[in-house]
Amino acid sequence: MTDHHSDIDSVTGKSTTGHEWDGIKELNTPLPRWWVISFYLTIVWAVAYWIVYPAWPLISSNTTGLFGYSSRADVAVELANLEKIRGDKMAALGKASLADIEKDPALLALARAKGKTVFGDNCAPCHGSGGAGAKGYPNLNDDDWLWGGTLDQIMQTIQFGARSGHAKAHEGQMLAFGKDGVLKADEIVTVANYVRSLAGLPTRKGFDAAKGEKIFAENCVACHGDGGQGNPSMGAPNLTDKIWLYGSDEAALIETISQGRAGVMPAWEGRLDPATIKAMAVYVHSLGGGK
Amino acid sequence: MNKTVNPKDLTLDDDNGPLYAARKKVYPQSVSGTFRRIKWGLMAFCLGVYYFLPFVRWNRGLGAPSQAVLIDLPNSRFYFFFIELWPQEVYYFTGLLIVAAVALFLMNSLGGRIWCGYLCPQTVWTDLFYAVERLIEGDRRERMKKDKSSDPMKLERISEIVLKHSIWLLIAWWTGGAWVLYFNDAPTLVKELVTFQAPMIAYIWIGILTATTYVLAGFMREQVCTYMCPWPRIQAALTDEWALNVTYRYDRGEKRTSVKKAAELRALGEQVGDCVDCYQCVAVCPTGIDIRNGPQMECIQCGLCIDACDNVMTKIGRPKRLIGYDNDINIQRRQEGKAPIYRIVRPRTIVYSAIIAAIGGFMIYTLATRSLLDVNVLHDRNPVAVKLSDGSIRNAYTVRLLNKSGYDRVIAIDANGPANATIHVIGVDSVTPDRPMIVIPRDSTSELRLLVTAPAENNTEKSVPVRFHVTDIGLGEVASATDNFVSP
Ligand code: SF4
Ligand code: SF4
Repeated sequence: MTDHHSDIDSVTGKSTTGHEWDGIKELNTPLPRWWVISFYLTIVWAVAYWIVYPAWPLISSNTTGLFGYSSRADVAVELANLEKIRGDKMAALGKASLADIEKDPALLALARAKGKTVFGDNCAPCHGSGGAGAKGYPNLNDDDWLWGGTLDQIMQTIQFGARSGHAKAHEGQMLAFGKDGVLKADEIVTVANYVRSLAGLPTRKGFDAAKGEKIFAENCVACHGDGGQGNPSMGAPNLTDKIWLYGSDEAALIETISQGRAGVMPAWEGRLDPATIKAMAVYVHSLGGGK
Repeated sequence: MNKTVNPKDLTLDDDNGPLYAARKKVYPQSVSGTFRRIKWGLMAFCLGVYYFLPFVRWNRGLGAPSQAVLIDLPNSRFYFFFIELWPQEVYYFTGLLIVAAVALFLMNSLGGRIWCGYLCPQTVWTDLFYAVERLIEGDRRERMKKDKSSDPMKLERISEIVLKHSIWLLIAWWTGGAWVLYFNDAPTLVKELVTFQAPMIAYIWIGILTATTYVLAGFMREQVCTYMCPWPRIQAALTDEWALNVTYRYDRGEKRTSVKKAAELRALGEQVGDCVDCYQCVAVCPTGIDIRNGPQMECIQCGLCIDACDNVMTKIGRPKRLIGYDNDINIQRRQEGKAPIYRIVRPRTIVYSAIIAAIGGFMIYTLATRSLLDVNVLHDRNPVAVKLSDGSIRNAYTVRLLNKSGYDRVIAIDANGPANATIHVIGVDSVTPDRPMIVIPRDSTSELRLLVTAPAENNTEKSVPVRFHVTDIGLGEVASATDNFVSP
C-alpha cells in the first residue's frame, strides 16, 4: 500500500487515499471537521440517551433510566390532572337531581356532551350514533317508550337494562303464540289484522273483526291493555300509535305474534359510574322524545 | 493543433476557488441628509409602535380585557382598539393581508422598493444594529481597520465587542419580549416575566425572537435581502418603466474626473460628468453595491447614496441629485433636451388603488354594519327526521347563539317554515308558547337543542325551508339563519 500522504495528485495538488482503479486515483477529501464533530456528538448523545431514558429491554422489564422517567407515568399524571379538572363538574353532575340538570344550562351542556360521547361508545352499536334505532332497537328520538320516557324511567332502563339478567332489570316478553301452539295460523292472521285496525291501518278484505277482538281480549289484553294502548311497566308497546319496533305490515305482525319478541338491553350499572349514567339519561331524554 | 489543456485553465474562477462566492463584509458609512432623516423618523415611529403598543389601554368595561391591541388565543378573541373579532371573523385578516399585498404592489409601482428601504423590519432592525455598532466601534474606516488588524485582542477591543453584542442582545430580547406582550395583558405579563411566573411558552417565544433578531439583524443583514427574501425577485416582475428607482444619472455623471480637471475641461467646452469618483455612494450603501452600475437587484432603495452624493455635490458646487429617485425614461428625455415627466396616475396605479379602495371599503362597511348577535343552525343528521307516535314529524337542530356584545341579552327564538309547527328548546319551559326565551351572557355563545314538530298532513313535501329568527327582546336586534325541515 502506498503511503497516501506522500502521494500527491499532480493535477489538483491534493493528496490521494492511495486507492486506484483503472488508473483513476481517489482524492483524499476528508469530511469537514464540523461534520465529523457533530457525528461524534450524536453518538455521545445516543449513549447518554440510553442512560437517561428507559431504553433497553430486559427479560421481564426494561432499564428504567436515571430519573425513572416513563411516558406511561406521564399519561397517568395527565389523566389524573384531567380527572382533577373535570372532577368538580362531574361531582356537581353526580349530586344534582335529573330535573335540576335539565334546568341548569351549564349542567345540561355538560351532561349532553358527556352523554353523547358515552352513548357513542356504548349505545351506538344498537341504537345508532344519533339514537335513531333500527328494527328491533328503539328509536330514542321519538316519543314512544317501551319502559317509559320520563327522566327517571330512562335512567332506570339504562341502569338495569331489560331482560339483562340484572336483578332489577325490566322483565316481561311477547309470547310466541304460534310456535307454542296457543293460536292457530288463521287465528293469528285474524288478530294481526285486528291489531292493524287498532292503529287505524287498513285490514285484509273480509277479515272477521269480532273474532279478532275476541282473540285479542283472551290473549293480548293482559299485557297490551283493553284498547291496546300498551303498558310501560311490562314493556308492552302501545299498539294504537304510529310507531312499530318490528314493523306494522301484516307479515311483520304475524311473525311477531307467532314467534314472540324479547329484545335485550344490557344493564350499565357497574360498568359506568353513576354520574356518567345520569349524564347519559339526560342526553337520551334531551334527544327530544322524553316525557 | 491538439494543445494539451491545463486543467487549471478550466476552472470558472480566476482564483481557482470554490464556485461559491464568500460574503464580502459590508461596512456602511454614516451619512446625513434628507433620506437619512426620513429613515430615522420612520425607524423611531415603527419601533415605538411595536415596542409600546401593548401598553396602550382601552376601556371595554368590567371583565373585558383593557388592552388596546390584544390577541387572546385561549379565548379566541382579537381586540384592536374598538374592534373585537371572533374566530368566525378571521376573514378580516384575509382581507387585511390582501390589502397589504396590493398596497405593496402600489408602493412598488410608485417608488420601487421603498418598502425595503424604509419600512421592512429587516431594514429597520439592521439599521438600528448598525447604529449601535457605529456608536461603539466607530465609523466605516475604523471598523475595517479593527477587523483587519491582526493584533492580539487588546482588552479595549474585547470590551468593545462584548459591549456591542450585549446591546444587540438587549435590543433583540426586548424585541422578543414585546412580541409576547401582544398575546397577554402586558403589565401582568411583564410582572410575571420578571418574577419567572410567566408560562413557559412566553419564554420560548422570547427566546426564538431574540435569536432571530440577533442573528438576522446582527449577522445576516443584507444577505437576507439578497439571498433569502423573495420580494426582490417578485418586484422585478411587477415594476415598470415609470416606477421611481434610485438611479445614477449617467447623463450628467460621465465621464468621471477630478473637480479641478473637470473645471478645466468644462472651460474648454468638453463633455465631462459631475461624478468625482469619490466612492461615497458605495461607502454608505448597506448592501455594498455601486449604484453607478445601474439598477441592481441588491439595491433596497434606501436613498442613502443620494444623501452621500448630495453632500459631495454641495461641497463641489454642482447641482444636487446626481443620484436620485428617477426613472430611465427621464434620463433619455434629458439627454434629448426634453423636460422630465413623472406619471403617478397610470393604469397600473389606478387598478391597485381601486382594488385597495374596494376591499378596504367593503371591510369597513361589513365591520361597521356587522351584527353583534348571530345565530348558526345545524340540522341533526342522524336521524334527519323523527316520526312521533301521533304521526307528526319532528326535526332536531343544534342552534348556536353568539352574543358578541358587552351586555347580557334575553333572546326569543321563532321558527318559520312548516305549517302549524311548534318549537321547543330542551331545558327551556316556554312562557310564551312556541317562542322559547333564553338568556345569553355577554361575549359568549350558547348551544341549544331545538326541536321543530309539525303535523304530517300539512307537510307532505320532502323538504321545506325553515327560517329561525332570534330577537333580542330588549333592543329588537334580529339575526336569522335558514335550514330545512325534512319529512321521512
Ligand atoms: S445603492 Fe443606494 S439606495 Fe441602493 S441600497 Fe445602496 S445606498 Fe441604498
Ligand atoms: S457619491 Fe456621487 S460623486 Fe461620489 S462617486 Fe458616488 S456618484 Fe460619484
